[in-house]
Amino acid sequence: MEFFIVSTIKALLVFFVLMTTLAYLQWVERKVIAHIQLRQGPYRVGPHGLLQPLADVIKLITKEGIVPPHVNKFFYFLAPIIAVSMSLIAISVIPFGGEIEVFGITTHMQLTDLNIGLLLVLALASMGTYGIALAGWASNNKYSLLGGLRSSAQMVSYELPLSLAIASPLLLLNTLSLREMVTQQEGFMLGFLPNWTIFQGPAPQLVGMVLFLIAAFAETNRIPFDLPEAETELVAGFHAEYSSMKFAAFFMAEYSNMLTAAAVTTTVFLGGWLPALPGMAGDLIAPAVFATGGAVCLYHGLNPARKRDKYTLPVFALVFFGLAALFLAPPLKDIAMPLFWFGAKTGALLFVFIWIRGTLPRFRYDQLMGFCWKFLFPVAVLHLLATALLVALAG
Amino acid sequence: MANTITQIIESAAAVAKGMSVTFKEMMSPTVTENYPDEPPKFEERYRGAHVLQRDENGMEKCVACFLCAAACPANCIYIEAAENTDLVRISGGERYAKVYNIDYNRCIFCGYCVEACPTDAITHGHGFELASYNTSTLVYRKEDMLAPIPPGARPPVIASSGTAANGH
Repeated sequence: MEFFIVSTIKALLVFFVLMTTLAYLQWVERKVIAHIQLRQGPYRVGPHGLLQPLADVIKLITKEGIVPPHVNKFFYFLAPIIAVSMSLIAISVIPFGGEIEVFGITTHMQLTDLNIGLLLVLALASMGTYGIALAGWASNNKYSLLGGLRSSAQMVSYELPLSLAIASPLLLLNTLSLREMVTQQEGFMLGFLPNWTIFQGPAPQLVGMVLFLIAAFAETNRIPFDLPEAETELVAGFHAEYSSMKFAAFFMAEYSNMLTAAAVTTTVFLGGWLPALPGMAGDLIAPAVFATGGAVCLYHGLNPARKRDKYTLPVFALVFFGLAALFLAPPLKDIAMPLFWFGAKTGALLFVFIWIRGTLPRFRYDQLMGFCWKFLFPVAVLHLLATALLVALAG
Repeated sequence: MANTITQIIESAAAVAKGMSVTFKEMMSPTVTENYPDEPPKFEERYRGAHVLQRDENGMEKCVACFLCAAACPANCIYIEAAENTDLVRISGGERYAKVYNIDYNRCIFCGYCVEACPTDAITHGHGFELASYNTSTLVYRKEDMLAPIPPGARPPVIASSGTAANGH
């Protein structure tokens, strides 16, 4: 009985946090892209546009859902459901932290730990492709069909380097369970270098991580690999005929995939929830980061660039200082610290995703395929072989 | 083989360079104007709503020569002239504009009136919030467009209507 209650509470908590994160990820993305282009981004709904995601959700829910007469109804409705459910399920095997004790109940900060966790994530990523391909086909529209075709071709191609890139750290870790992977990466080398797979001997996986990230960009349909929805060529690609919540489902799936990709990279390559610095120094980083954020906000609040900043930024600074104090409070440390490290690493990777979107143009279709088969795939194979050789030599 | 590796390194360097550029841009201040909340910035030569200038003594520059009305392709300037007298001296010249209306329903902001004006009396200002729900409010009178009297200037004789009536 207790298992069910705890699982339900954890599932609801993760669902709530995940949904909020997805909504705010979009806000962050709009803000970062805007600042790259010297704009301000969302600014008018709430302070600094912070209520914009809420407004977007209300808009998407209340919009009229138009079903074009020429679609294949069953698959048309099935496609967004597949896309969004597959991408949301993937989060269930991601570990956010170690074992914790709350109100006398000992539990892991993870929904479930499968012994084939990583395989499940890869399988769900492939299943998600069906959603996009089906959407393109069921829409009965040439642009959607082209988008769906491109997506199937692209995802099938990029799955190979993706799987090969993630196979090499598995040789070091010897497990497919994501929780065990993190515990394998515990400890420090030479007293300061964390024992993460990107640094771990005998074969540091830095190249593997870069390969995995590139393939993950393609797998999540992000720029520069967003050919399935290339606006300039295909209207909106596979979701051209979708409106209202059905459109929102695809949108959510894309951002959720991005989150999963970043979380898996964090878990497999960057040591999951483990701190980057040993002992006291590692514990002090979280409050230091938040305090710095608060100080930056306070500085800009005292030298406001815009009139409203005088009021909003000091409030943000207070929030940041409060969070910094929270990390120093001993009873919360065991929960907050792993969450901070996991969030910081995942957040940094998500920032890279957004940053790349603001920098690189889209590939041409033949370049996309050429890049995958002529460069990424052979390099991933070579990398896997080299890792295998090094691991075998090290015994 | 060596060629391929150079190519890979060069492409990676190019991507890194692009990313450094975007990161630098991210850190630099934005160029957005928060117009309804804060006043917009105009270039010096922006052609907005007209301003009727005064000279350094605070007298109107317009001498009611009608050249602006003649130059106006939209025919939107209406002037009634009157003679300056010793008691009622409005402008520096012989005559002044008793009525000077610009109909902003018709004005196309071409600037011909400004070019035509021999005394530089009519100029373009930076006013632009002309929109209205009622077209009859778009006929601007002289009082709406006159520049304020410069500080320290004392217009020589602007006799009150009482003395004017008691005059000659």
